[in-house]
Amino acid sequence: MSLSYLLRRLGSVLLVLFGVSLVTFAIIPLLPGSPARVTLGVQATPAAVATLERQMGLDRPLPVQYVSWVGGILTRGDFGTSLISRQPIAGEVTRRVPATLTLALAALLVGLAIALPAGILAALKPGSPRDLGVSLFSQLGVSVPDFWMGILLILLFSETLGWLPSSGYRPLSDGLAPFLQHITLPALTAGIISGAIMTRFVRSALLEVLNQDYVRTAHAKGLPRRKVMRKHVLRNASISIVTIVGLQMATLLSAVVVVEIIFAWPGLGQLALTATLQRDYPALQAAVLLSAVAFTVINLLTDLSYTFLDPRVSYT
Amino acid sequence: MAATASHAEVPRSRPGLDLLRKALRHGSVLFGGGLILALALVALFGASLAPYDPMAMDFTARFAPPSWAHPFGTDDFGRDVFSRVLYGAAVSFQVAFIAVGISGLAGVALGLTAGYRGGWIDEVIMRVMDVLFAFPAVLLAITVMAILGRGVENAMIAIAIVYAPIFARVTRGAVISVRDREFVTAARALGQSQLRIMLRHVLPNALGPIIVQTSLSLAFAILAEAALSFFGLGTQPPDPSWGRMLSEGRGFLQQAPWMGIFPGLAIMVSVLGFNTLGDGLRDVLDPRFRGRH
Repeated sequence: MSLSYLLRRLGSVLLVLFGVSLVTFAIIPLLPGSPARVTLGVQATPAAVATLERQMGLDRPLPVQYVSWVGGILTRGDFGTSLISRQPIAGEVTRRVPATLTLALAALLVGLAIALPAGILAALKPGSPRDLGVSLFSQLGVSVPDFWMGILLILLFSETLGWLPSSGYRPLSDGLAPFLQHITLPALTAGIISGAIMTRFVRSALLEVLNQDYVRTAHAKGLPRRKVMRKHVLRNASISIVTIVGLQMATLLSAVVVVEIIFAWPGLGQLALTATLQRDYPALQAAVLLSAVAFTVINLLTDLSYTFLDPRVSYT
Repeated sequence: MAATASHAEVPRSRPGLDLLRKALRHGSVLFGGGLILALALVALFGASLAPYDPMAMDFTARFAPPSWAHPFGTDDFGRDVFSRVLYGAAVSFQVAFIAVGISGLAGVALGLTAGYRGGWIDEVIMRVMDVLFAFPAVLLAITVMAILGRGVENAMIAIAIVYAPIFARVTRGAVISVRDREFVTAARALGQSQLRIMLRHVLPNALGPIIVQTSLSLAFAILAEAALSFFGLGTQPPDPSWGRMLSEGRGFLQQAPWMGIFPGLAIMVSVLGFNTLGDGLRDVLDPRFRGRH
């Protein structure tokens, strides 16, 4: 990977992040009402609202407000104050980031546990009943609404069988058992769907390698099937699979928003919805900004890992 | 000159018919298309097919399980779930088609301009699209709803904003691949206006991937509308929408699981239809993917 490519890629990411910060900042000026009005309620006098707006710095020109907002985040990690709890948002947000990332990661593991075997099984015998079965599963999985899947899992495992809790989050530091009990259903919900998506990619990545000349040569020179799979097929397919995993991790950051809301999982997505419903706009800004940054960084890492893993790809 | 002009027509008339024939023989296109056609008929005529008024409450028949009288059971107000699901089809399809229509028009216009003109116009348009892409889709939709307020019209706008960048990217890619073909150069040599070249020569030949994306986006849009309504941001009560019915059914999972099961099934079948249709069309229309699956 050349240095100039790396720099160019970083430059474009910084540009995107600047755009992201502008859009996120614009939430408050674009609103019909002022945050001061939300804090004080509908009965407040215009004079009281104006005074609070001055205190909150909302009477300053927009560029000044933008610079002080971004500056606060970058220098002090200060995301402002919640309009509802009147507490600094930073604390709230730092508690939620690990919850979201843990859930996305767990869902990714569930997805891989499904997609790798299913994709490999399907690719080994394309056109067979086995392959059709896998395709059918993945087509259904891609079409299931995640919130519906969550509800069905709650109906089966919490309400009917009573095996697992239907909501809440326990960090790993509370012990492995409660952590697993709480994360299983949300991780399954997002993971099964993600697995369905990845199955297709794993299958076509493998098929592409299986059709290569060097695989035919390996078979022709009498290598055992197992060895051909391990040394030639899987190793070469792993490059595209890593890319799929990276892209899927980014997609999951979006997918877990819905899952968090259904399972009362205290992550960024749930914060975004609660903030929207309560009109706590600074909290919404923080949740959206952090998710977008995480999304962009994961996409960048996926991109770079691709050039790292495959010596044939060199961007100049 | 006449010869050049007719040459320019060739790539989009005859192959179009061939593609149509091919599409109609394709299993996924037939299955997905048939499913969507059936659902579209339900969306259009559901009101007259419904055995009951979807808003009519009957407190003597609350939480009735599925039966001949109420095939999908009744809800907490004694309303017929089957009739409400039929009505919900109209809401879901209307939102999905309008939202994808807006986002398709905007995205295709932007992608066509960016891909054909290139240069700084391309840079500016695509960087703005990159910024919109950087937000997780559901969060962007929620944010737009936070600014615009709740309601089904605003849900359409939110969904349109979320999916326009995908149309722009897909269109731009397809446009770049035909931009320098002979018939475009010929049209340019004939002195045709840029707008005319873009609309008459470039766009028709870049249409394949855009049609595929439209079908896939309709699937996303149905899911997104249902999710926003499920959160309480989209369709407002008492209107029946699949997402709303699901969120209402959620409170009565033990008592009346059918309240949540059937609307979800309706969402899944619609999404399955559009996804399968889109995949089939991709096999037929998009040369880059031909034979890869």
